[in-house]
Amino acid sequence: MGNFNLEEFIGQDYQQGFFTTLDSDTVPSGLNEDVVRLISAKKNEPEFMREWRLKAYRHWLTLSEPRWSTVQYPPIDYQNICYYSAPRSSKDGPKSLDEVDPELLRTYEKLGVPLKERELLAGVAVDAVFDSVSVATTFKKKLAGLGIIFCSFSEAVQEHTELVRQYLGSVVPYTDNYFATLNSAVFSDGSFCYIPPGVRCPMELSTYFRINAKNTGQFERTLIIADKGSYVSYLEGCTAPMRDENQLHAAVVELIALEDAQIKYATVQNWYPGDKHGKGGIYNFVTKRGDCRGANSKISWTQVETGSAITWKYPSVILQGDNAVGEFRSVALTNHYQQADTGTKMLHLGRNTRSTIISKGISAGHGHNAYRGLVKVAKSAAGARNYTQCDSLLLGDKCAAHTFPYIVVKNPTARVEHEATTSRIGEDQLFYCQSRGIAAEDAVTMIVNGFCKEVFKELPMEFAVEAQKLLGVSLEGSIG
Amino acid sequence: MNMAVSNLYLNEFSRVKTALPGQRLPWLTNMREEALASFRTTGFPTLRDEDWKYTSVARIEQGHFSLRAATTQPVTARQIETLVLPDMQLLVFVDGHHIPTLSRIDALPAGVTVASIADLLEREPETLQSLLTRQSRGYSSGFAALNVACMADGAYIHLAEGAVLETSIHLLFVACTDNLASHCRNQLIAGANSRACIVEHHAMLGAASYFTNVVTSIAAGSSARIEHHKLQQESPKAFHIAAVNADLNEGSHFLSSSFALGGALSRTDINVTLSGEGAECSLDGLYMGDGRQHMDHHTCIDHSKPRGTSRELYKGVLAGASRAVFNGKVIVHPDAQHSDAFQTNHNLLLSEQAEVDTKPQLEIWADDVKCSHGATVGQLDDNQVFYLRSRGVDDSAARALLTHAFAAEMVDRVGLASLRSRLDRLLRERLPQSSEVLS
Repeated sequence: MGNFNLEEFIGQDYQQGFFTTLDSDTVPSGLNEDVVRLISAKKNEPEFMREWRLKAYRHWLTLSEPRWSTVQYPPIDYQNICYYSAPRSSKDGPKSLDEVDPELLRTYEKLGVPLKERELLAGVAVDAVFDSVSVATTFKKKLAGLGIIFCSFSEAVQEHTELVRQYLGSVVPYTDNYFATLNSAVFSDGSFCYIPPGVRCPMELSTYFRINAKNTGQFERTLIIADKGSYVSYLEGCTAPMRDENQLHAAVVELIALEDAQIKYATVQNWYPGDKHGKGGIYNFVTKRGDCRGANSKISWTQVETGSAITWKYPSVILQGDNAVGEFRSVALTNHYQQADTGTKMLHLGRNTRSTIISKGISAGHGHNAYRGLVKVAKSAAGARNYTQCDSLLLGDKCAAHTFPYIVVKNPTARVEHEATTSRIGEDQLFYCQSRGIAAEDAVTMIVNGFCKEVFKELPMEFAVEAQKLLGVSLEGSIG
Repeated sequence: MNMAVSNLYLNEFSRVKTALPGQRLPWLTNMREEALASFRTTGFPTLRDEDWKYTSVARIEQGHFSLRAATTQPVTARQIETLVLPDMQLLVFVDGHHIPTLSRIDALPAGVTVASIADLLEREPETLQSLLTRQSRGYSSGFAALNVACMADGAYIHLAEGAVLETSIHLLFVACTDNLASHCRNQLIAGANSRACIVEHHAMLGAASYFTNVVTSIAAGSSARIEHHKLQQESPKAFHIAAVNADLNEGSHFLSSSFALGGALSRTDINVTLSGEGAECSLDGLYMGDGRQHMDHHTCIDHSKPRGTSRELYKGVLAGASRAVFNGKVIVHPDAQHSDAFQTNHNLLLSEQAEVDTKPQLEIWADDVKCSHGATVGQLDDNQVFYLRSRGVDDSAARALLTHAFAAEMVDRVGLASLRSRLDRLLRERLPQSSEVLS
């Protein structure tokens, strides 16, 4: 492939790898019932929350870590993780942005989070989660006028207790899986969003996650409820500083769409992926699930996964209501020694439910990329329809791409289609671009972006631009 | 696993072990004992095993299937007349034991040996020693281990370098005794540039309930061309577990087909390893289930050397409350560059109770490859049914006709004329209404 060096192109540095010196309020590392109680007490939670956490913790003790995926990593010492770390300055609760630690604001500025004036330009309401505690939430008043609740999870527990009690764990129960159970026991914060009936949320809601402190795990929980006939589009972005140790991130996201409601959930995940030799990086074990509870509801997941040493996540949709629609679009890129085992589950229960899965995997360097998906059509799902397409692109001869699609059909009126391809960038494609005067690097970026176009076009504008850039950055040094 | 259940199989082995063929051979007795020890620890697979996730073998586990060192069942040539495929060499096994009087092997070309495994273990055991020793390392499941421990007979076919077998060989396995387990093992060793075509046919006389556990190993030398067709027509009360393991050398060509029509529960594993450069394989399959039949196919194509080509097409038709499982795995190893793999699985669900679990799977470790797979599950197209009805064909005949067309593609792909016409007849018998329209 020409003279230029793929190695160099891929090997670009992680640009979000700075570290902010902040005074943190940290619980000593280790996990036991007292830590769970302490977290609950620090957050001044009602009793039902504490009991729920304890039930989860006790259940967690009976579970063992799942080993069925293709990802490989040394055993995690759960006693050596700090389960709560809050920036100390926010302890008393910031009343407005002015009260937020300026150091913190600078961090967000470096990240490009539109937290201050910039949010006006970008028109984004941000709930930023910094090492597990929601720091400030913008645009709250404007949203409140429409009856939309958008706040940190802790605040929701205090002020919208009934909603939390009603919906928490109703999509991802505390018994769901090893990491979701751990999250249920120790989650420190996250975002909460409720859209009242018939309301169309006028702006993109957004959360920005960042892991800052050393040896901490980030366990946040997001709960979004779209009541009858409402609409919301939600963005989530993630970064973390560069550290030699691996850090654990075990989040849970629950989406609930009632009758005629629609939720669009987009993620750009760029946690620290580790260095060129696979040292350090985030272990990203996330449980995301949406429940199309009402008829004609719709949930769509769009994700761009370029970071993390290990990505293990399967955003799923339970299609309960008749005519419900589930969508999953994903771009997962693994470079150096990154590993990704990701995909989706579409569970068709209601009549005439439809689902679409578009998964694009790109492997470079020693990266491993696996698509693992389940499409299940229950007996009750007459007229269900699924279309799945998973394509893998291989750059370099040390990487790997796998597909594990499970298809279970119990209703004869269902139509299920699955297609998958694996290939590499064609020499002829590259040659063509180069013969038109496009440099090899640009040509590769162009081809890769074309490969991912179907997913990118679903992202909100700002994110689409960011995602394309991220892909270019993550790929630098990988063509040869 | 349930200890009492495993004891049942262990006791049966102890009861007949002295009567199993090759008992005077220490290497073989050791091999059998080791395999049994492995079975004792692993037992039968359960739903917790990823490879058996959708297929429960509890009914085999709990069945009382006895072993028999020799057959006592008198079967006449007349009884099997309708099963025999014309214009082929014939090797007949009744309840898993070779019956020379029913078999018909005409003059074989130079360099071709056809024998029964039991016979060979008595006459020239050294031919089998290294072969069997090599194959009994690491068992994929309890069934494979049990097969080695209890192996009683099977077919042995050897082709010397350049040998060409013009007439195909029909291996006819007839089962007729209730509550019997038969563990057969077939070996096909094809030298460089040789050619052969074999049909492995499992059929029944009367509708007995029995358990067949068969393993067929194929080694294709460089540039050899081998065809293996499997036709499974077991009794509606029978359990059928089969494995076909093929190893392909440089430039060899392997064509496999598997037709599953009978059995209460059947499972066929087809594992092909492309261990030489430029090897090619083509895997076809058709499963047609009705009633409460359960049919499972697991195929694995392992591209371990460069420039290999694989093609796979499996189709399924499920009626009644039948259930089918298809798992097609394609692995491309790091140095298997320029591999070309294509896999397709189509399923037709004809009733409310039928179920399909399909999982096409790609594991790619090399970059310069072309791999794709596709899977579909659907029902008959209403527009097509409407078209036929507007031409005066009634609804059920129209559906039978369309189903026939869907399945016939697999039958038409069979090159072997006598097998193709047999399959065509079976398909028409299965869908009588389509034949009425067609004739």
